[in-house]
Amino acid sequence: MCLALCASPLLAMAAGPADFRVPDTIAQRAAACIACHGREGASGNAAFFPRLAGKPAGYLFDQLQSFRDGRRFNSDMVHLVQHLSDDYLREMAAYFAGLDLPYPAVSGVSDASAATLARGRALALQGDAARGIPACTQCHGAALTGVQPGIPALVGLPRLYLSSQLGAWLTNDRHARAPDCMAEVGRRLNTGDINAVASWLALQPVPDRAKPVDALPGPLPIPCSAMPASLR
Amino acid sequence: MKTSVLRRIAYVLVALAAPLALAALVLVPLNLRGEDPLPATEDTAWRATPDQIERGRYLALAGNCAGCHTVRGGAAYAGGLGIATPFGTVYASNLTPDVQQGIGTWSAAHFWRAMHNGRSKDGRLLYPAFPYPSFTRITRSDSDALYAYLRSVPAAAAPNQPHRLRFPYDTQAALAVWRALSFTPAAFVADTAQPAEWNRGAYLVEGLGHCIACHGSRNVLGATEEKRGLSGGLIAAEGWYAPSLASKREASVADWETRHVVALLKNGTAPGGSVMGPMADVVYRSTQHLSEADLGAMAVYLQKLPDATGPAAAPSPARRDASTMERGARIYDQRCAYCHGDAGQGAAGAYPPLAGSRAVNMATPANLIQVVRHGGFLPSTAGNPRPYGMPPFGHVLDDNDIAAVLTYVRGAWGNDAPAVTPRDTMRR
Repeated sequence: MCLALCASPLLAMAAGPADFRVPDTIAQRAAACIACHGREGASGNAAFFPRLAGKPAGYLFDQLQSFRDGRRFNSDMVHLVQHLSDDYLREMAAYFAGLDLPYPAVSGVSDASAATLARGRALALQGDAARGIPACTQCHGAALTGVQPGIPALVGLPRLYLSSQLGAWLTNDRHARAPDCMAEVGRRLNTGDINAVASWLALQPVPDRAKPVDALPGPLPIPCSAMPASLR
Repeated sequence: MKTSVLRRIAYVLVALAAPLALAALVLVPLNLRGEDPLPATEDTAWRATPDQIERGRYLALAGNCAGCHTVRGGAAYAGGLGIATPFGTVYASNLTPDVQQGIGTWSAAHFWRAMHNGRSKDGRLLYPAFPYPSFTRITRSDSDALYAYLRSVPAAAAPNQPHRLRFPYDTQAALAVWRALSFTPAAFVADTAQPAEWNRGAYLVEGLGHCIACHGSRNVLGATEEKRGLSGGLIAAEGWYAPSLASKREASVADWETRHVVALLKNGTAPGGSVMGPMADVVYRSTQHLSEADLGAMAVYLQKLPDATGPAAAPSPARRDASTMERGARIYDQRCAYCHGDAGQGAAGAYPPLAGSRAVNMATPANLIQVVRHGGFLPSTAGNPRPYGMPPFGHVLDDNDIAAVLTYVRGAWGNDAPAVTPRDTMRR
């Protein structure tokens, strides 16, 4: 983590005490985030912490507000943002959303069985119409790189993070404003589905210069607060 | 024969009942002392002036009512927050005008009785997690303004949650005993020897501000010890220590410029220090919204608290273990020096200095442990809208690491505070 902190854009701080001036930049002000989320918010998919860099600003702002206002419960995140204003959270979200950094290489190693991965692939790309489960691609974009302004990428995320979030929807521990589409989807998943889809997603290589796309591939299968009302 | 057995049973019963009856004879009047009779007809059709409602809104901020009576993301003043105490959890009640769950059927007199006497509309004794031992000092007119404001907020039907207290604390009888021992309704009495500003500050700090709820010590029954004043208190359930406001070794502001005390309460940061933990919550939800005049009055009062600076602890370098210091120094260089400087000098306006810091050198390390483990941002305020932040280190430093780095910080660069042990850091 020292690498993450020390190699960050905060090099001005390496100067001696005499000219110890802290840059008045949002990068410096939000530097507390990078201790976990990686250099400039670009953590890879090896551990738990999700990448922030390049995610849609609307999505990041929604999540920061959700930690503050009781819809998400990660205790460190709740503690950090509990006394921050909407304006400041919006500025942080815009900062991380605006970072255009390469994704680290994705490891192709997984202990998931071929059958599990096949099931995950089917859920992600086709869904399960019989159980009312839409394909991930219907909302998160054909390449699963997210959709502006409110839907995040599903590639380039740690398997542990993906499965813990899907599990949180299943157990009613993660919420969004109504209509809470992922809570609807989450309730229809079982633990086998979650393991399968998280395992498969975490193995997917990230397209070069992957960015959230500007438009949904089609109409949203479920009403969703993540997108502005005009796009639902 | 038969009658004598019955008589004997009767004697035993009387002998058993007598102390109870006697206790009730003492306890009931003690619990009702200082109560005004409720008006014969209850005036629930409250007619408030807009000015009164606005003043009530302001007073609710001064008392940080929402700090407990609003849950994160919940309807304003609809209650529900659990307040952990050594006796169990007390849940804040619904203060909205909802007729079923809130105070929709309360009169201003009922509300006053709750604030001043700690009794609910239905006559129940209230738990002092609701700080009526402080609120008892507010004026009837301020109580009426608060009532007027709370009657004006949107009604929310959020149900009140039953408290989860251990026996015997969950009984009204236990509460009656507690109140007989620990609570007397009181009015604020101005000190005519002091200027009006000081008196206004005293009224706010001792009344609605209920600063003593955290900054005071508590006895074994959980009652605040008023005689000891704002001499510091451990907020046991949260693992934070609210430092003494009367000790120059802790958080006394006697030597500050008054405008800096105002800045601390208004902005959350000032040249002499900044707020984190529970006090960040107080600034965010309460004091940042108060007028300069009221903050100035509180500052003047706090600056004139009787000094209670204890004697300096004996120098303690011998108690610091060399290998712990070495380990702490390594962690400091790796994790902390980047922002706080390689000599703990900090960076003005962003990262607090650790060398010579009162917060670092305070006897109890509780707050330092919290900050290292959980990090945090100062509160966003008008005067400091985009605070710098510190990351949480709880997932990269274990109990031994945190003890070592804090032992180092408390023993380096002229700091001289007792070592922090894993026993300290293992307390959650």
